[in-house]
Amino acid sequence: MQNQTSVSGMDVSGRRSRVPAVRLSRRGRRELTAYLLISPWLIGFLIFTAGAMLFSLGLTVFETDFLTGFRFVGTQNFARMIEDRLFVKSLGVTFYYVALAVPSQVLIALAIALLLNNSKVAFTGVWRTLYFLPSIVSGIAVSLLWIWIFNPDSGLLNYGLGLIGIKGPRWIYSEQWAVPSLAIISAWGAGSNMLLYLAGLQGIPTSLYEAASIDGANSLTRFVHITIPMLSPTVFFNLVMTLIGAFQVFTGAYVMTGGGPNNATLTVVLYLYRKAFSQLYFGYASVIAWTLFIIIVAFTMVVIRSSDAWVYYEGGLRK
Amino acid sequence: MAALDTVSEEFHTQRKAGVLRALPHVFWTVMAALGSVLFMVPFVWMISTSVKPRWEQLVIPPKWIPSTFVWSNYVEPFQTHPFGAWYMNTLILVSCNVLGVLVSSSLVAYAFARIDFRGRNVLFLILLSTMMLPGQVTLIPVFYLFTKIGWVDSLKPLIVPSFFGSAFYIFLLRQFFMTIHPEMDDAAEIDGCSLFGIFWRIVLPIAKPALGVVAIYEFTYSWNDFFGPLIYVNSPNKFPVALGLRFFQTRFDPQLGPTMAMTFISIIPILITFYVAQRGFVQGIVISGVKG
Repeated sequence: MQNQTSVSGMDVSGRRSRVPAVRLSRRGRRELTAYLLISPWLIGFLIFTAGAMLFSLGLTVFETDFLTGFRFVGTQNFARMIEDRLFVKSLGVTFYYVALAVPSQVLIALAIALLLNNSKVAFTGVWRTLYFLPSIVSGIAVSLLWIWIFNPDSGLLNYGLGLIGIKGPRWIYSEQWAVPSLAIISAWGAGSNMLLYLAGLQGIPTSLYEAASIDGANSLTRFVHITIPMLSPTVFFNLVMTLIGAFQVFTGAYVMTGGGPNNATLTVVLYLYRKAFSQLYFGYASVIAWTLFIIIVAFTMVVIRSSDAWVYYEGGLRK
Repeated sequence: MAALDTVSEEFHTQRKAGVLRALPHVFWTVMAALGSVLFMVPFVWMISTSVKPRWEQLVIPPKWIPSTFVWSNYVEPFQTHPFGAWYMNTLILVSCNVLGVLVSSSLVAYAFARIDFRGRNVLFLILLSTMMLPGQVTLIPVFYLFTKIGWVDSLKPLIVPSFFGSAFYIFLLRQFFMTIHPEMDDAAEIDGCSLFGIFWRIVLPIAKPALGVVAIYEFTYSWNDFFGPLIYVNSPNKFPVALGLRFFQTRFDPQLGPTMAMTFISIIPILITFYVAQRGFVQGIVISGVKG
């Protein structure tokens, strides 16, 4: 009886003096259970995220190979990084890749989604599956496959370009085209972004289009004034996630080009990997990791800040 | 006669109009098909090359159907390299990871979705922010930790963390749990069901589709993971397939046929999972993206 009263949460005023003790302990038990339940994540977070980040921050002023102890170097790692031509090069490569891969991935995914959302297209389910498929295949399999597609003399890509009268470049074997090659692969994996757009497009109420048609809006006006604003939150989400991912590009550069030719595909993460796990400069590598982290956060913040200007949230609600 | 003529003429114009009206449909469908052919050609080339004899692999124009099928491309690598062991390692890795994230993430998500405890909102905000954290900052300290406890060159550093839950899955499951009516919990609680009982008997059975999404995602992620094994596993006999493939490709002169055969085999489980659980993929992407 007592128990039931507290469960339903409706105290009869006469009992108040007696019930709270029971309720408190019940509440206490609930809290304890809750912390017990989230403890795997909480412990994991404290060790693998919070603790690791603190440790990593500390490492930036040390140099160590993790075998022969830690040597305090103060700000030397930072000074070294600024003067490190290869690091500066890797920054340039990464920015170049981001500048190519992010817009192409976001826009190609958008174009495909708009195409498939067109009611005049038949068998959309089939096409959707085919466009999506490349995006779930692993980085290593994709890299091994595209090494050969990019083959300048007998690869599929230059054969295809040849059919329409274009003499293709030397792709991953050319300093100039190696980064664009990596961006092409990322565009091939645009399928998951496309699915998000499709979901966003299907969430736009048809009543909006009908109302606009009655008001005499043609299809272009409807696209500009309904589809684009209503889809802008999805574009925003895709942009942020693709941006964060693109800054961390690694597998293609590691497997296909090994950072070459002449460091043309030496991305920041590939450089970090080499410094840490091949050359065992874990302190210096931590400085690189934090630099990359700050760059990613800064770019994400810029996109989020800019979203006020171009992302439309229904009902004027802004996140 | 005249009447018949007009009828047939009308019929004719109607049919013409029908054809004209169908034209945009044909056009846009062909566009969609052409685009998807572009996306599929690399796969087709891979499969075709995997059964080609050496002299037909790199000819221009490509020979899409080989004159003889070299099935040995699929057999020989298993004899010359420990692909069997590599697949076994991947199987262990993947199944442990799926089990790990399912158990841990669902418990954590349940607490976040259902129990009102002190600090919940702050902790949830922290959880969300870790979702966007690039892994490089924590990579080196975590590597140090696993070196110290002697786990390097085993699959343990790749398996154990999954039992601590993953922010993305916790978020995804929590979103799903929120949609289950709390009245059911209350009813069960009145009937004397413990919190864990509610979780086990009521929430989990309803959440099967969401758990499926998590399982599919983790399966794909863990099967595809290359960076993790690259850092933690050194002995070839402990490699998962992703790492083995890389080893196979670079060790000897590039044998295109066997490489493509092994690459194709390595993605088959992903393709099957996708085929079986297509809706799950779409659902997960929608939950994570649109509601986020």
